Amino acid sequence: MSQFAEIKKWYLNEFKLFENSLNGESTAPIHKIRKDAISNFSNLDFPNTRDEEWKYTNISPLLKYNFKPSLEKQDVKQEQVNKYLFDELEHSLLVFVNGHFDAGLSRIKHLPKGVSAGSIADAIKEKSPVVEKHFGKYADYKNQIFTALSTAYTKDGAFIYVPDGKVVEEAIHILFLTTESDENILTQPRNLFVAGKNSQVKIIEHYASLGENIYFTNSVTEIFVDENSIIDHVKLQEENKKSFHVARMEIDQEKNSNFSSHAISLGGDIARNDFNSRFNDEGGECMMNGLFLTDGTQLFDTHSLIDHAKPHCNSHEHYKGILDDKSRGVFNGKVIVRQDAQKTNAFQENNNIILSDDALINTKPQLEIFADDVKCSHGATIGQLDEEAMFYLKSRGIGEETSKSILIHAFASDVIKSIKIKAIKDYVEKILSNRFDG
Amino acid sequence: MLLEIKNLHANIEGKEILKGIDLKVNAGEVHAIMGPNGSGKSTLAQVLAGREEYEVTKGEVLYNGKNLLDLSPEDRAREGVFLAFQYPIEIPGVSNTNLLKTALNEIRKYNGQEELDTMEFLTQIKAKMKLVELDQSLLSRAVNEGFSGGEKKRNEIFQMAVLEPKLGILDETDSGLDIDALRIVANGVNKLKSKDKATIVVTHYQRLLNYIVPDFVHVLYKGKIVKSGGKELALELEEKGYDWIKEDSNAVVEN
Repeated sequence: MSQFAEIKKWYLNEFKLFENSLNGESTAPIHKIRKDAISNFSNLDFPNTRDEEWKYTNISPLLKYNFKPSLEKQDVKQEQVNKYLFDELEHSLLVFVNGHFDAGLSRIKHLPKGVSAGSIADAIKEKSPVVEKHFGKYADYKNQIFTALSTAYTKDGAFIYVPDGKVVEEAIHILFLTTESDENILTQPRNLFVAGKNSQVKIIEHYASLGENIYFTNSVTEIFVDENSIIDHVKLQEENKKSFHVARMEIDQEKNSNFSSHAISLGGDIARNDFNSRFNDEGGECMMNGLFLTDGTQLFDTHSLIDHAKPHCNSHEHYKGILDDKSRGVFNGKVIVRQDAQKTNAFQENNNIILSDDALINTKPQLEIFADDVKCSHGATIGQLDEEAMFYLKSRGIGEETSKSILIHAFASDVIKSIKIKAIKDYVEKILSNRFDG
Repeated sequence: MLLEIKNLHANIEGKEILKGIDLKVNAGEVHAIMGPNGSGKSTLAQVLAGREEYEVTKGEVLYNGKNLLDLSPEDRAREGVFLAFQYPIEIPGVSNTNLLKTALNEIRKYNGQEELDTMEFLTQIKAKMKLVELDQSLLSRAVNEGFSGGEKKRNEIFQMAVLEPKLGILDETDSGLDIDALRIVANGVNKLKSKDKATIVVTHYQRLLNYIVPDFVHVLYKGKIVKSGGKELALELEEKGYDWIKEDSNAVVEN
């Protein structure tokens, strides 16, 4: 425990440096939230495996390092960015380097009038009423230590606001790059996406590393989906395999809103996602799908919560894992159907393929139902590649490696098909091909 | 000679199923292997295709002058051995086209031929689909998923037509087929016959052999070929059943 206390002290001390770096910004109303968050952080303990929510995810490797909060951005060349672009997504790109917005590398064109897409630091400076209304309202920085840490250090991140009735046709690609560095740095992107009534937008949160060094990404994303609006969200996490990634995404859904999330994860030594969605009114739809690939000694953990607080809402959650070597996976999917939430339709499934003798997955679907007129299902499977199917393919002249690759693509195919952005589908297929095609 | 099986013994989970099979197949010939349930017919078919669960404990198999048992299942296929499965496997998420194109190109690559592009491939398979009267919509569907029994069997013969093996092994392709489907399947097989190819038809029933006329009929019983003859042997089996074979061979075993 003393070791954990030391590391907490480190982040508390670093906070003073951070505050000094804010200059004039520390007078903004957001700063009150930062101060609350750092005081919560100081009162909270880092979780250990005795905490039910962290039972299978031991984060002590992450707490061994004194990660240095990144206070300024580094220069990155256009060529380094190009590698991570999708062919058809050219116009709406926000690039963040070590958590800081890089206007030079970003380009935002053809957005409908009134739509904002850019840096939350700018929005805070400009005293955006949307930021002041929504910031810190959904992600719990009172009880969650990593969220408290992130909130305290709020500096920059992506801010997207689509006013009532506006439709953004082209997906907005947000690329978070972490540079090669002598230090073990900490980047804490803080994102806020707000879709007004009857609006629509597609957003890609994309995390990648430019080096092979050890660093820590601790991101928080808050999403507000107003009445009858649609947000399609993709999270693509392909950071290096020495990095640590902790992320919270909180979604607040209003009447008849429609939110979809696809989380594609392959990076990180330890990667932990907490994704929570709440239906505040009737008629909402929520899809939370995911695909994760792990190998080496990687650990990937998703904890999700879909809160059916109101009747007539549908949720659909499907996570698929492909685990190799000595890697580990954790899936904990909780669905709460509250007493009022009649006519709820909730589907949840987690399927995993284990490619080696030593890989391991802990999966726990959790349904808590307090209403009586609902349709809910959940299930989990863990297995190897189907040997019968392997033999069938081989008996047609297809080699071992190619057969394996075909079956892995097939396994992942329903999650990939459900992604709403074609360029992302192709990108994910390519990731699978690069990994598994012989 | 295309295939020569010598004193083949094979086990599964320690249990001996094949107890000394001898069989010679020349190019241009059709051989039928018949026998009661549990005699080892399907095991023989699977062993030839390279199923890993079976352990060959004795004997050898020469195919085209090569030691077949040394080859991986995929290399056997690339050398021209094709097994039409008794129970074709459903593979959700993999389209029929994808499977066939990958298979055909891997076989071509192995044999030093150029790979086909999508257009060339589609042209080639269209003609083959007609052969087994397979609906074109099945091409884009997942392999065997949601196919009827007859569609699955026709799909096997269709794959055989596309991959053009030298040795086709049909493992109970007739079982469960109605007479129309049976005719289509047999018709497909007959059209693929040529003087440099051979077919082994594994079946429990004589019925299929009305449509695919064998040059030789072998009766497998308790893991051995106990009787061989011409096509009239199949008719005799149809008429008298397998009991007389069992009695004869049991008598031999007891003596």
